[in-house]
Amino acid sequence: MKKTLQERLAILADAAKYDASCASSGTEKRDSTRGGIGSTQGSGICHAYAPDGRCISLLKILLTNFCIYDCAYCINRSSSNVERARFTPQEVIWLTLEFYRRNYIEGLFLSSGIIRSADYTMEQLVRVARELRLSHGFRGYIHLKTIPEASVGLLDEAGLYADRLSINIELPTDNGIAELAPEKEPGQIRRAMGDLRLRIEDASEPTKVTKRRKRFAPAGQSTQMIVGADGANDATILGTSSRLYSSYGLKRVYYSAFSPIPDASSRLPPARPPLMREHRLYQADWLYRFYGFGIDEITSARPDGMLDLDLDPKLAWALAHREDFPVDVNRASREMLLRVPGLGTKSVSAIIAARRQRSLGLDDLARLNISVRKVRAFLCARGWTPLRLIDRSDLRDLFTPQPEQMVLL
Amino acid sequence: MCLHHAADLGEWRDAARSLLLAGMPPEEVEWSRSDADLFGRAPTEVPPPGQNATPPSVPRRFLDLAEAVVCHSDPGRFSLLYRTLWRLQDDPHLIGFLPDPDMQRLHRMEKSVRRDCHKMTAFVRFREIAGRSGDRRRFVAWFEPDHHVVARTAPFFAKRFADMDWMILTPKGSAGLENGQLALSEKPAARPDLSDETEGLWRTYYASIFNPARLKVKAMQAEMPKKYWKNLPEASLIPALVAGAGQRAADMVHRQRELAAPAFHDRLAARRSDTREAAQTEAAGVIATDLDELRRHAAACTRCPLHCNATRTVFGEGPPRADLMVVGEQPGDIEDLTGRPFTGPAGQLLDRTLAELGIERKKLWLTNAVKHFKFVARGKKRLHQSPNRGDIDHCRWWLKREIELVRPKLILALGATAVESLTGKRASVTPLRGQLIDTLFGVRALVTWHPAYLLRLPDPTRAAAAAELFRHDIGKASEMVSTGEMVPPAGIEPATFGLQNRCSTS
Repeated sequence: MKKTLQERLAILADAAKYDASCASSGTEKRDSTRGGIGSTQGSGICHAYAPDGRCISLLKILLTNFCIYDCAYCINRSSSNVERARFTPQEVIWLTLEFYRRNYIEGLFLSSGIIRSADYTMEQLVRVARELRLSHGFRGYIHLKTIPEASVGLLDEAGLYADRLSINIELPTDNGIAELAPEKEPGQIRRAMGDLRLRIEDASEPTKVTKRRKRFAPAGQSTQMIVGADGANDATILGTSSRLYSSYGLKRVYYSAFSPIPDASSRLPPARPPLMREHRLYQADWLYRFYGFGIDEITSARPDGMLDLDLDPKLAWALAHREDFPVDVNRASREMLLRVPGLGTKSVSAIIAARRQRSLGLDDLARLNISVRKVRAFLCARGWTPLRLIDRSDLRDLFTPQPEQMVLL
Repeated sequence: MCLHHAADLGEWRDAARSLLLAGMPPEEVEWSRSDADLFGRAPTEVPPPGQNATPPSVPRRFLDLAEAVVCHSDPGRFSLLYRTLWRLQDDPHLIGFLPDPDMQRLHRMEKSVRRDCHKMTAFVRFREIAGRSGDRRRFVAWFEPDHHVVARTAPFFAKRFADMDWMILTPKGSAGLENGQLALSEKPAARPDLSDETEGLWRTYYASIFNPARLKVKAMQAEMPKKYWKNLPEASLIPALVAGAGQRAADMVHRQRELAAPAFHDRLAARRSDTREAAQTEAAGVIATDLDELRRHAAACTRCPLHCNATRTVFGEGPPRADLMVVGEQPGDIEDLTGRPFTGPAGQLLDRTLAELGIERKKLWLTNAVKHFKFVARGKKRLHQSPNRGDIDHCRWWLKREIELVRPKLILALGATAVESLTGKRASVTPLRGQLIDTLFGVRALVTWHPAYLLRLPDPTRAAAAAELFRHDIGKASEMVSTGEMVPPAGIEPATFGLQNRCSTS
């Protein structure tokens, strides 16, 4: 018996939830005042949050969860006994528009298992995006998962309709891919990312004649890496991300702590990585992209190349480089202030603007919504010098979470 | 001073301007708001401007701040704004001094209003109601904002949902779009009783996209506080999803493969092993006998770890029997993406030089000593790293076979890496430049700079002199092959293919 739309929605949303990305930011500004439905602005909107703490911004579904590939970490691999279903492109379009009109979502994130061939599947994905844009005047956000083996013509069309394209790198090393996703070819994935970068850069140059920009995936490309399914340590993972950022101009690398899936493959490690590991990787990724840290600086603190799960990577770096502190909040450069644990990019900008007018004390920092408790060991301010605090041997204990005394029930 | 509107910047601004012109200090002004005043009482009297009063000016940033702060529900917002305005007259730098208590409060209020607006754009849920007007469908939503943000947020909805008629009702006024006309009201609305079938699908989606193996209730509540739940159709599912998560996650782990894989998996697996075997027989120990085949083999090269980081093998290109072969160092950022040699900045310089000399690029065989890009990542850029001896040695196999198949009369060696690859010896380019040297492959090579070196020279006079020598060398090489001075080498026995290296973890 054919499954109802509701049953298939349950299966195909469940199948899509292991994709971490739900971003709807960074695209061009559009609205529907001249026809059609929908709008986008610089930053996306999270319309709901699931109890796993992840935001729900897009309708994130698969066109189908049938797949001819057998990637060990994936719930939809061909050897899995998961229930299978398939949407028609028309059904996806209807769901997107009806959800959108009720303000449930910012748009669509469409992905698919590979059926028949890469080109056939990609063609179906592109068709949904094309009809949404051309037949229904949809101006909301569209994110298409791109199949690396698909032909270049389909890639060009996808970029014409989608805001963001993404190709999953899957695992941090080529060996990991060979082991767990034997049908995928890491070189092919990188080549497809390179093709996307060339097209995105090409479209951002105004054409000579009309000065108008061509349209190609204005929100850029992103990727996802599974953490903890192979043996790669954090230094290897972050090294791969830094190469992806520098090589292909990615907007984001998403880390997805490999999560237990029903009917798991025996090729996977029995234990799942702690969710904290994923969190630390994101923090390190931020330090690399916005705080001027090198990957080697972040990961050099421990010999095994793993990040400290108890301390955030910036604090871990500061404790390993005590000789660089305390930093004078009234004199230090922006680069150095950015390295102080507890100061973010916004608070550093606020400090630099405020200190032009007078010398700042700890009370001023508190009014800038900076946690004085966190920063005072690392900062000199007006009327405040951290008295040899930085030399204390128990400095680490000041910041590590205290073990909690159990109580009798 | 009594204002009629809850959140009208223009009204407050007019009042504040007259007070300021009259020289009224903030301590003496009492701000109040009254809805009843709309038609009743005469407007509050504003004192006449004092003598020598100059029109007040404020930093642009203050008005942006005020525009948000007037929407705040705090009754003290008007007097706080006026006090800050008063202080700004003497001290315009106050606007950038965030540690000031008044500025801090203003910024907190602004942030709170911005967040409220944002949550309104996120959590308004439209429900469809019967009856269309023309082809416009009709929707109604009920929302409870903390602040007076309906008017501020309405344009967002008007731009997004332009092709339908909608109303957003709140206890702090309402907004609606009918036939493209936006209408606002400050009158408190009553909660309508509505239902919409599509909410069933939305609730299904919400429950299915949740991953029970990663319960993080606090993270959810930080962004979707409980106060919003009563108007969100999906929120009533939350308690059951949270309560059942542990059991569901445990079931996932325990539900190991009790069943055999589905039948279609076995069919697919059989098909896959067939193709893999075929590919292996093709690749094993076969040595390419033409350039296309060699290019295919090189594309799959894993002899050294460079292939793990680079995008693709950049093989040589040109006519199969070129008289002149140009050997560079390694592909760069652009070549790595396009897959063609000499397409980046150095390649463009080479192209310009060839064009000046009237030499056609497509008559040359262009290639590199090392076929993969070696780099280190620095932020958003890749920094070129020179290949070391090992990289050059690994890749020499391909260059050798290329030379054997193209059989050029002469090689133009660009830079030290090309020289090392061709001779097996590391040497400095400067003393060799312009000279003919013997290579390991029976063909002679003329040595010149690599064009990237010319691009790196900071001193323009030195760069111009070097470019002149570079042009001269290329012209000389071209002349040597066309006058028949050089002859192609006799065939060389192809070497056997070495073992393939898999890359290590990094």
